[in-house]
Amino acid sequence: MLSPICVRFWILLWPALLGLSVVGASAASLETYATALATADQQRQALEQMRELADPSFKDLLIALKEGALYTWQGQLLILGDSGMFSDLAGQALLDASGQPFLPDDATQVPLEEPNLPLLQRALDVISLTDAAPSARKAAALKLGNLRDPAGVRLIEKALTHEGDPNVRPVMLEALNKLRLFDPDPLVRRHAVEHFAATRAEAALALLKSLVEHEQDVTVDQAMRQAIASIDRYLRLRSIVAYVFNGLSLASILLMMSLGLAITFGLMGVINMAHGEMLMLGSYTAYLVQESFAVYAPGHVDYFFFLALPLSLLVVGAVGLCLEQGLLRFLYGRPLESLLVTWGIGLILQQGVRLSLGDQTSVNPPTWFRGGWEAMPGLVLPYSRLFIVMLSVLSVVAVYWLLYRSTAGLKMRAVMQNRDIACCMGIAARRIDAFTFAMGTALAGLAGCALSLIGTVDPEVGKTYIVDSFMVVVLGGVGKILGTVLASLGLGMSNKLLEPAISGTAAAVYAKVGILLLVIVFLQMRPTGLFPPRERATEAMTR
Amino acid sequence: MLAGRAGKRTWLAEAILVILLIVVLPLLNGLGFLSDYYLNLCGKYLALAILALGMDLIWGYAGILSLGQAVFFGLGAYSIGMYLMLGSSGRGVYGEPIPDFMVWNRVLELPLFWKPFQYFPLAALSALLLPALVATIIGLLTFRRRVSGTYFAILTQAMAYATWLLFNRNELNLGGTNGLTDFKRLLGFSLSDPGTLRGLYLVTAVGLVGSFLLCRRLVGSKMGLVLTAIRDRERRLQFLGYPVARYKIFIFAVAGMLSGLAGALYVPQVGIITPSQIGVLPSLEIVVWVATGGRGTLVGAILGGIGINAARSLLTARYPEWWPIILGGLFVGVVILFPDGLAGLPRQLQRWGRRLRLRHFAPAPVPPPAVSPSVPSQQ
Repeated sequence: MLSPICVRFWILLWPALLGLSVVGASAASLETYATALATADQQRQALEQMRELADPSFKDLLIALKEGALYTWQGQLLILGDSGMFSDLAGQALLDASGQPFLPDDATQVPLEEPNLPLLQRALDVISLTDAAPSARKAAALKLGNLRDPAGVRLIEKALTHEGDPNVRPVMLEALNKLRLFDPDPLVRRHAVEHFAATRAEAALALLKSLVEHEQDVTVDQAMRQAIASIDRYLRLRSIVAYVFNGLSLASILLMMSLGLAITFGLMGVINMAHGEMLMLGSYTAYLVQESFAVYAPGHVDYFFFLALPLSLLVVGAVGLCLEQGLLRFLYGRPLESLLVTWGIGLILQQGVRLSLGDQTSVNPPTWFRGGWEAMPGLVLPYSRLFIVMLSVLSVVAVYWLLYRSTAGLKMRAVMQNRDIACCMGIAARRIDAFTFAMGTALAGLAGCALSLIGTVDPEVGKTYIVDSFMVVVLGGVGKILGTVLASLGLGMSNKLLEPAISGTAAAVYAKVGILLLVIVFLQMRPTGLFPPRERATEAMTR
Repeated sequence: MLAGRAGKRTWLAEAILVILLIVVLPLLNGLGFLSDYYLNLCGKYLALAILALGMDLIWGYAGILSLGQAVFFGLGAYSIGMYLMLGSSGRGVYGEPIPDFMVWNRVLELPLFWKPFQYFPLAALSALLLPALVATIIGLLTFRRRVSGTYFAILTQAMAYATWLLFNRNELNLGGTNGLTDFKRLLGFSLSDPGTLRGLYLVTAVGLVGSFLLCRRLVGSKMGLVLTAIRDRERRLQFLGYPVARYKIFIFAVAGMLSGLAGALYVPQVGIITPSQIGVLPSLEIVVWVATGGRGTLVGAILGGIGINAARSLLTARYPEWWPIILGGLFVGVVILFPDGLAGLPRQLQRWGRRLRLRHFAPAPVPPPAVSPSVPSQQ
């Protein structure tokens, strides 16, 4: 094995020995290098030198050599192109007297010596470090960083001096410091470790863990242990943030769904079993709007969402109004009967949609919802989920305003608290009922429209959320905004946080069962939810 | 008393039903008028009618709407299914002493909880007592804390959902989504023998009649009165000092046991039990049977159980994609238009007829005062 210093020495010495100019890669030097490559015993040295120069003009030549497309013919070097034509090093096609492409029979392939392949590859990587495309530069830096070749240090350092892209620089620095971890000088190693401790690079964790076993130097060893601990801590924090965010995004869908359910239940004592189907209708509204945009305004498909969002609110609200006016108002005071009727409606809606619109479709989210916000290095929060969280916050604010700051809300609360007295005061309780029910279902429609951003749309989508939403209502108490918010946060979070705690494929199932048990245990302590209404109201509602 | 009069009126119908089930149908089969296939189908409906009886007991009489009765049915069905599975193992594809699906799942030894089910008496006992036990526990956890009405309905629905999720898992060693099937022998009789199936029909018919008599006795006793009172005004009964929760737990456990019996009789006749039969939808279908047949009348529950299932067999064979819509329509239609179901149909027709006549003869009829639940009828 050659030591790094030895290699450097050789590299410096080589031009002198061969008597070559290394000033620049002029056409002449390209020719010279190519000739050297074609000579078996000079190939290695030529490659090493080309790697040092990292000149982009070498790229075609090197690739040709690698792929076996470099030929010699009558002392001339030729490259066999993809089109099957020969050309010289400058790229001029080889033509015969009549100007037709000329294919000599006696051209011989320049062989690539087997041991030189890694060197050739390295040279290509180094050239990629100065590639025009940032992604290619990143990839080359990553590759060099993982190769543990000490020669890479200087090459990357050189590339770094020219690098201006703020996205590529950290990658190069990371690669550089990875290589410096193998430096014989303990001080260099320590600086590299400190770099990782500061940037908390996940990529370096495995390397550090393997190196710490063999580290001789005490200070470096200590620094390494600290860096590992700090990266580990960061990763744990990051996974917690990820789980919390997933829980939050589940909770916000649950919240939008449960808000309407809780208010309807609080006001009328009606459990709307078709609430999940209202969510489904919202999703299908979004789907239909998108389809019609695709037909009538194919250039502006992205804008469908601006129409789909309010339309899903209106359409599903209208469906809710029809349901209330057509069926449920005959069943007031009989909560169990209305529960059954709404279940039947749900069944009909589900199957009706399946028969008319097909089993599974999906909505393509607008292009500006693709990608996400990188909250922490290595943690991307999708814009669509962020949007859903935001939308649910907005819905809560809107519902709060409606219930506690508007005249309609005042009447709603009055009916909720004491229906008979409210009627005596001249409030049209029936109209309030209809309005509230429509509002509750409209919220589910909104949730469905939002949900279509992150999942497929199928007739049974409501099933996934309905049981959880009922649990939210049971936990949160009836008609309480704060209770509903807390209960959906609690359920959404514990659903997502229990998943990693119970490892294995069945995690989601056991999490769900566990949560049901928790709800039952909770009801032992507080039979009417987190925020129990006054005793009389409970009596009226649970009868 | 109302219950007594109604009892006298239905006595004849009951007797006819019993004779039809136990004597006439097997006789028709023996004489060759009814094929073995249809007799077996009838046996299946009778088993489901027992399930409907249990539902009627809690919902029709005590006003407890449980949306998880199929879970108890499933417990009974799986108990007997496990016995049948073990009776058939060794005769499976692999010839192993354990059921075939365990061989697929690389379970080498029979799990401990399967061992008691090698013995029929234990399996039968489990089919009856396990559902009753689970129902008692649920009752203790809910009724004692005065969780009732819609809250109870939602909780039992969540329970059904969770059970369905669990039974779908392979690591529970209950066959996963495929459930338990491919049964060969029951107590030494081959299940492919028509004679065995005839015997099973008779056992089921006797089981249904027995359950019916038990339920009639229950609802005719003072117990039945208390239960009806709980349905109509639970709070008042509490104030009068009745241990309402205890009554509810008891009747819930009895209903659970009936459901378990139904499951136990259902499985050998049908030959398969899967998680899809113990979820949320099957639980709600039971409610529809009872609602259609007539809530609060035992004969109505039986009629509903048999009738809807027969209709289902007929319709799903021809228009499978329309069945959910018909079922949903039944939910809506029965609750809104026929709250008393089939059993209450004659009286309802009378009422409609009277109203029509009234409208015909009196130009301006005085509308009957709406009965408000908040006004105490008598003090």
